[in-house]
Amino acid sequence: MSQMVLERLRERFGAAILETHSDFGDDTAIVDPSAWREIATYLCNDPALEFNLPVDLCGVDYPDSWNGPSSTARTGRMEVVLHLYSIGKRHRIRMKTRVGGEAMEGAELDSLTDVWPGLNWLEREVFDMSGVTFRGHPDLRRILMYPEFEGHPLQRTYPAGKTQPLVPYRTEASAGMPIDKLEPFGEFEGMPFGRRPDPTAAGVG
Amino acid sequence: MGDVKEPLLGSRDEQPRRSLTIDGNEQGFATSRVDAMLGWARKYSLFMYPFITACCGMEFMALQSPRFDLARFGAEAPRFSPRQSDLLWVVGTISQRQAPVLHRIFEQMMSPKWVLAFGTCASSGGFYDNYTTLPGVDKIVPVDVYVPGCPPRPEAVLDGLLLLQDKISRGGRDPRVVRPRNDPPSKVAELVSLRRSSGDPRDLLSHLAPGVAGRSQTEKKSGDA
Repeated sequence: MSQMVLERLRERFGAAILETHSDFGDDTAIVDPSAWREIATYLCNDPALEFNLPVDLCGVDYPDSWNGPSSTARTGRMEVVLHLYSIGKRHRIRMKTRVGGEAMEGAELDSLTDVWPGLNWLEREVFDMSGVTFRGHPDLRRILMYPEFEGHPLQRTYPAGKTQPLVPYRTEASAGMPIDKLEPFGEFEGMPFGRRPDPTAAGVG
Repeated sequence: MGDVKEPLLGSRDEQPRRSLTIDGNEQGFATSRVDAMLGWARKYSLFMYPFITACCGMEFMALQSPRFDLARFGAEAPRFSPRQSDLLWVVGTISQRQAPVLHRIFEQMMSPKWVLAFGTCASSGGFYDNYTTLPGVDKIVPVDVYVPGCPPRPEAVLDGLLLLQDKISRGGRDPRVVRPRNDPPSKVAELVSLRRSSGDPRDLLSHLAPGVAGRSQTEKKSGDA
């Protein structure tokens, strides 16, 4: 549907467009991170394209293929995905790029907040959850997690069961009394099965 | 009321009787079970602090509406200052980011104070088994009653409130879990008959209350003999 957009991008930017495809009707351009801002500005300002609504921005972590699948020119661990829609022309496009090395070193991208001001909080979310730094963002702070939080929880290397409590949990010493739950409540009453100890393991009643 | 020197809360077993002397009126004195009287007064005048963070709040609103009418149990008056309230309702999911706020509000409340965990998320974190959710508010504040459900029916919450009233009138403060309410043995058969079952209620009795079932069988045998 918006094959035209992909063709114009290929004509204009050439080598910066690493790959395009239209799988399942979703037109996608995989671009070079250094041209991220330039391409976005073009998509926003060109009167024939007129992408005036940034729908979503998110990060997708590929820790095992950070060097890219052999069939493509993509390299980088964290894929940043931008969905755009044109209200006037009624077409949409998906733009992807990959940043960061194996340990997320150099995961930086140009901020698009002056192209679409609505991306301000979305870029903060990607920074918070995935750890991508946006150059030129006016207020790059965490938006969902608290400032004391360390790490980026949607990176696949973040341990699944790791929490970072701000208030220390109660212990029998701090409470001054036994805090075990009484019958009929078990110690793990109501707990998700993922958090309970394995009942088949030795020593767990 | 005059100056009361002794601590008022305690278990019945330790101090079965206590007397209260009213200062400035030496002519007469009153003798009563002070803890029982105070417990009776407290359990029907719970001033609540609603800490509502999630979808359980809808069920909480239903609980306050005329249909379920929390006011019947004297627990309907909300106080939006923790200093004036003695029952903290934790209604909904508590994230790690909210935990310091909840903890501070609990600390600001005047003693004696009670906490009711409303719903599965407040009780155990529910299905939010992740980096951002507190796995049960009892990790940071002592909880007196846990009401399970996602969200719990108002009837379940009322049951939890009655359990809390039992606990308050008993003067029990620890451990911070309410003992299950024991139905009198004469009521058990009646309760069982209300359940949807086809067989003899005594079959179910053995699951519900083994001791009671044993007694009834003994009585039956002695009756036969």
